[in-house]
Amino acid sequence: MGYNWNWGIFLQPTATGDDTYLGWMFYGFKMTIALSLSAWLIALAVGAVVGVLRTVPNKWLSGIATAYVEIFRNIPLLVQLFLWYFVMPELLPESVGNAFKQTNPIMQQFLASMVCLALFTSARVAEQVRSGINSLPPGQKNAGLAMGFTLPQTYRYVMLPMAVRLIVPPLTSEFLNIFKNSAVCSTIGLLELAAEGRQLVDYTAQPYESFIAVTLAYLLINVVVMFGMRWVEEHVRVPGYLGGK
Amino acid sequence: MHEFDWSSIPNALPFLWDGMKISLEITVTAVIFGIVWGTLLALMRLSPVKPLSWFAAGYVNLFRAIPLVMVLLWFFLIVPHLLESIFGFPRGSDMRLSSAIAGFALFEAAYYSEIIRAGIQSVPKGQMGAASALGMTYGQAMRLVVLPQAFRNMVPLLLTQGIILFQDTSLVYVSALADFFGAAYKVGDRDGRLVELLLFAGAVYFVICFTASRIVRHYQNKLKVA
Repeated sequence: MGYNWNWGIFLQPTATGDDTYLGWMFYGFKMTIALSLSAWLIALAVGAVVGVLRTVPNKWLSGIATAYVEIFRNIPLLVQLFLWYFVMPELLPESVGNAFKQTNPIMQQFLASMVCLALFTSARVAEQVRSGINSLPPGQKNAGLAMGFTLPQTYRYVMLPMAVRLIVPPLTSEFLNIFKNSAVCSTIGLLELAAEGRQLVDYTAQPYESFIAVTLAYLLINVVVMFGMRWVEEHVRVPGYLGGK
Repeated sequence: MHEFDWSSIPNALPFLWDGMKISLEITVTAVIFGIVWGTLLALMRLSPVKPLSWFAAGYVNLFRAIPLVMVLLWFFLIVPHLLESIFGFPRGSDMRLSSAIAGFALFEAAYYSEIIRAGIQSVPKGQMGAASALGMTYGQAMRLVVLPQAFRNMVPLLLTQGIILFQDTSLVYVSALADFFGAAYKVGDRDGRLVELLLFAGAVYFVICFTASRIVRHYQNKLKVA
């Protein structure tokens, strides 16, 4: 088919001369990892709070939490990203919006992407937290209350320690998703892995090598996360439950 | 604070509707092909013929490990060139829509196949045994006994996946197709009203997906009672 394979392209200096093409890819790889991990930490924290609120007996609190989850689950990720990046700075008070627009463009892209991915994922984490709490036998909550714990104490000492261990397996797939979803952030110009792949196509005219390399990098992330989470799962399994020791 | 001006939306409605038709076209085609190809993959995965089941497992795991954006970029930048050089299509023929649909269908089939595989496995084993005791072949038992029951249980999950797919169609933005989101972005960019158009697009997606998922949940509850 007349295509010249050239895997050596990765070691050649880039057109701008400051790095090799492999260096560009590695930069994108680091960006994907940094973005996904920071967003994941926020998603876990926010998701845990929202998930707990969905199960509390207060109508107002659980209503707000439900609305939160529905909003973030029913708007496409790309639209949310554009809302954070293009719309949010306009709607914030002028001083804050201007401060955002005056920071370094890479920082703007990174912040918007991080907030977007974090909240998008937090709604999904919240659903897992809620179903984890709801899957506990009702006797646990009642026993906690009967011992004289307040409701927050029952959550803190009885229900959450169990629920957290139960939801580790379903959270694995959300953790994998956040890495895959981070590729969407290439659309606002953030130079993460997928964007570097595209850039390599433009600069090197070796589309197959670039895309194969980027695809393999995503596979690598996937495999590493899966093994890591399997290790975590084995250490937090609850004895006596399905899949427990 | 931003001064809102929604006046560019009414005039743009026909253009936005054209975009919505493209979004729906991609969704419907990809759902149909995804379910058909996904069913075949699930059957291969469960089949006693090892190479078939390895192929299906490899396919599903590969597509589930890479981002949809990457798949769409493959189908936007690489696959058309590949087809041009293999089949000698005229250079630069516009294959963006069909290419995007193919990308979605092949990608979603991996997710559908996992739903369908779980659905098939949820049918009690005795059904298969009873069918073969009646003299049916494996193929007949699958087609006439197991799959109809499996699909009945799976309908809500398949529809939910359809809603996710509809949301994901906005990603054809990477291949510069004017789907609903692409159209909204273009209008906003042209009129300098990006804020209003993006908020409008978000609201439209929310109303459609929220309503659709409510309907699915209602249907799911009805199914439970039956």
